[in-house]
Amino acid sequence: MEKQWFTISVYSENNVGLLNRISGIFLKRHINIESLNVSKSEIDEVSKFTIVVNTTEKWVHNIVGQIEKQVEVIKAFYHTDDETIYQESALFKIASSLLFDERQIQNIIKESNSQIVTVSRDFFVLAKSGRRNEIDEMYDQLKPYGIMQFVRSGRISVSKEEMNISAILEEFQPN
Amino acid sequence: METIEEKKTKTKINTKMKISGAEAIVHCLLAEDVDLVYGYPGGAIMPVYDEFYKFQDKLTHVLTRHEQGATHAAQGYARVSGRVGVAIATSGPGATNLVTGIADAQIDSTPMVCITGQVPRHLLGSDAFQETDIIGISNPVTKWSYQITKASEIPEVIAKAFYIAKSGRPGPVLIDITKNAQFEEFDFSYKKCKGVRSYVPTPKPNMGAIEAAANLINQAKKPFIVWGQGVILGEAEEALKAVIEKGGIPAAWTIMGESAVPTSHPLNVGMVGMHGNYGPNMLTNECDVLIAIGMRFDDRVTGNLETYAKQAKVLHFEIDAAEINKNVNADVAVLGNCKETLELLLPLLHENNHENWHSEFKKKHQIEFDEVINNDIRPTKDGLTMGEVIEEINIASKNKAVIVTDVGQHQMIACRYAKFEQSKSNITSGGLGTMGFALPAAIGAKQGAMDREVVAIIGDGGFQMTIQELGVIFQHQIPVKIVVLNNDHLGMVRQWQELFFDKRYASTVMVNPDFVKIAEGYHIESKRISERKDLKATVQEMIASDKPYFLEVKVEKEDNVFPMIPSGASVSDIRLK
Repeated sequence: MEKQWFTISVYSENNVGLLNRISGIFLKRHINIESLNVSKSEIDEVSKFTIVVNTTEKWVHNIVGQIEKQVEVIKAFYHTDDETIYQESALFKIASSLLFDERQIQNIIKESNSQIVTVSRDFFVLAKSGRRNEIDEMYDQLKPYGIMQFVRSGRISVSKEEMNISAILEEFQPN
Repeated sequence: METIEEKKTKTKINTKMKISGAEAIVHCLLAEDVDLVYGYPGGAIMPVYDEFYKFQDKLTHVLTRHEQGATHAAQGYARVSGRVGVAIATSGPGATNLVTGIADAQIDSTPMVCITGQVPRHLLGSDAFQETDIIGISNPVTKWSYQITKASEIPEVIAKAFYIAKSGRPGPVLIDITKNAQFEEFDFSYKKCKGVRSYVPTPKPNMGAIEAAANLINQAKKPFIVWGQGVILGEAEEALKAVIEKGGIPAAWTIMGESAVPTSHPLNVGMVGMHGNYGPNMLTNECDVLIAIGMRFDDRVTGNLETYAKQAKVLHFEIDAAEINKNVNADVAVLGNCKETLELLLPLLHENNHENWHSEFKKKHQIEFDEVINNDIRPTKDGLTMGEVIEEINIASKNKAVIVTDVGQHQMIACRYAKFEQSKSNITSGGLGTMGFALPAAIGAKQGAMDREVVAIIGDGGFQMTIQELGVIFQHQIPVKIVVLNNDHLGMVRQWQELFFDKRYASTVMVNPDFVKIAEGYHIESKRISERKDLKATVQEMIASDKPYFLEVKVEKEDNVFPMIPSGASVSDIRLK
């Protein structure tokens, strides 16, 4: 079976230690997490993990099964890139002088659809959201001029199919 | 001083009252019907031990000689009784010493609650004396864990711990309680946990899957059942027997499933796996429908997955969805408690007897009997075999004993030759293979089933891993029978060295102490035998005794366990010699 990119989405209770349990499932199988994002979800008090891995479908199926087995996980899914809408965000910190000295910088800002978040005497910060390749492209364009700092977030994604977490939670009735 | 009467009224807490966290822990345990816990005291758990002292008329604390012993004793107790075993330890080394037993309970799905003391909340993360991150350390080997830092969390968390440990696929839960939470006073009230919203312990059976399974079984010419511990944990023994009998289906067991159906049942065809029986292993690759019930296709069961039952349709009856298609793909997966699903399956099955197919098993059994079994249990050579000792124990105990085994050659021999009439009778460390398991597990097994004979079968290697628990047997006069099958080697490793490492016996020769003298040091009646003529009478004397009894049997030093599927080979490549 061939390796491919999968986005794992985990809906869970927001409890101390769950991240450790989930990352341990990857560790045990010697599988690297390519990107990880934890945030609130569309449901009050329910957290959402978005995890990107490059592995085979057999392994991702196995991993999602083990994640879902964790007591505090409500539901876990995995999707291929085609099945999700996904983005990453990046910040570029660049010397302010370049804005005036290098005219090409202004073109890059315009063409990349990025925003200037802040400008100070010494540096300005560009924010760019989009696909990994768009961010990489912008990085490659800015690199020759000097990037003071760069950071890119983990992938965030929503699935094209419905996830029905609310229905799962409604079904729960302690007897 | 408090009178006993006062103590009794004190335990009947229903309405709110202010008590310490430590006392609350005891009330929680009592509310969960716990009357026996295993453990070892230390600084960070002392407030709880102080309450154990006050409540000793209601709650017995057994002081094991090492925290690992506490976990294995709790496991033995849980496995014979079906109840939740409880182990208590202090922070730091006390907690880390629990880890092996927790890992064992996790892989063998044993319901256990471990309670550890922790340094006070304000010292967390300061590398305080005996501070260790036991939640972090135990995370991969617990079903659930939680750190309590204030007393008011105690009732809800402990209720949840027992619920999670016991429900669905059982497992170990660890609750770490900071010392300040043990001292704090709060308004106590207890409510048993009846559900956790993110947790579905037992999937609801799907009738469509059950019908599909029934159709395949009804059409099968060579159906074959392999059952595991899920049958015992799900209390599905009768349901399984009914399915086997109605369908006329030969059925084999994994090591963890042993004793769910009596050994003498005509359709019980023996053990699968590395040292299992010849017939069930060979015929796994000839059956047309493989019905796996409450088992997880462990590699010791399947051998090489590429050549495992490829010709068969696979039906998988399983409570844990994560096990479906994990190792072996299922053509039909039947999720749910197997008692429930087997009872739904039964009326859909046609009556059948598959006589020709069953006779295949009988033929293979005859081959194994002639080549292996007969020499194991009725040897003609001089030295004693492990097999003949097990056979004498069967005879003396009338197949009624709980057999607790450690790990290694003696374990395989005991599981192969012990005979059982009653479920929950084979207590062994299956998944983790923990040497040192048997002696403390036998203590727990005896205390979990005081009316039953409990015989621990242990090798000379494993015995020395938890030998200190003889102290518990002596102190509490727990009448377990301890049989050490001594071949002066780490026998199983030595066997592999002989077969696969050109007899380079690296660190497998044991120079052993005088085990009888050690047992006598604990004032346990002891005997050593090395000749066949003494075997029967000594085993009978041991079984007849109503006290703890230690028997060392000097067996052949270099015997091997056969049949054997070499690691990574196919089940049909099983070797008889």
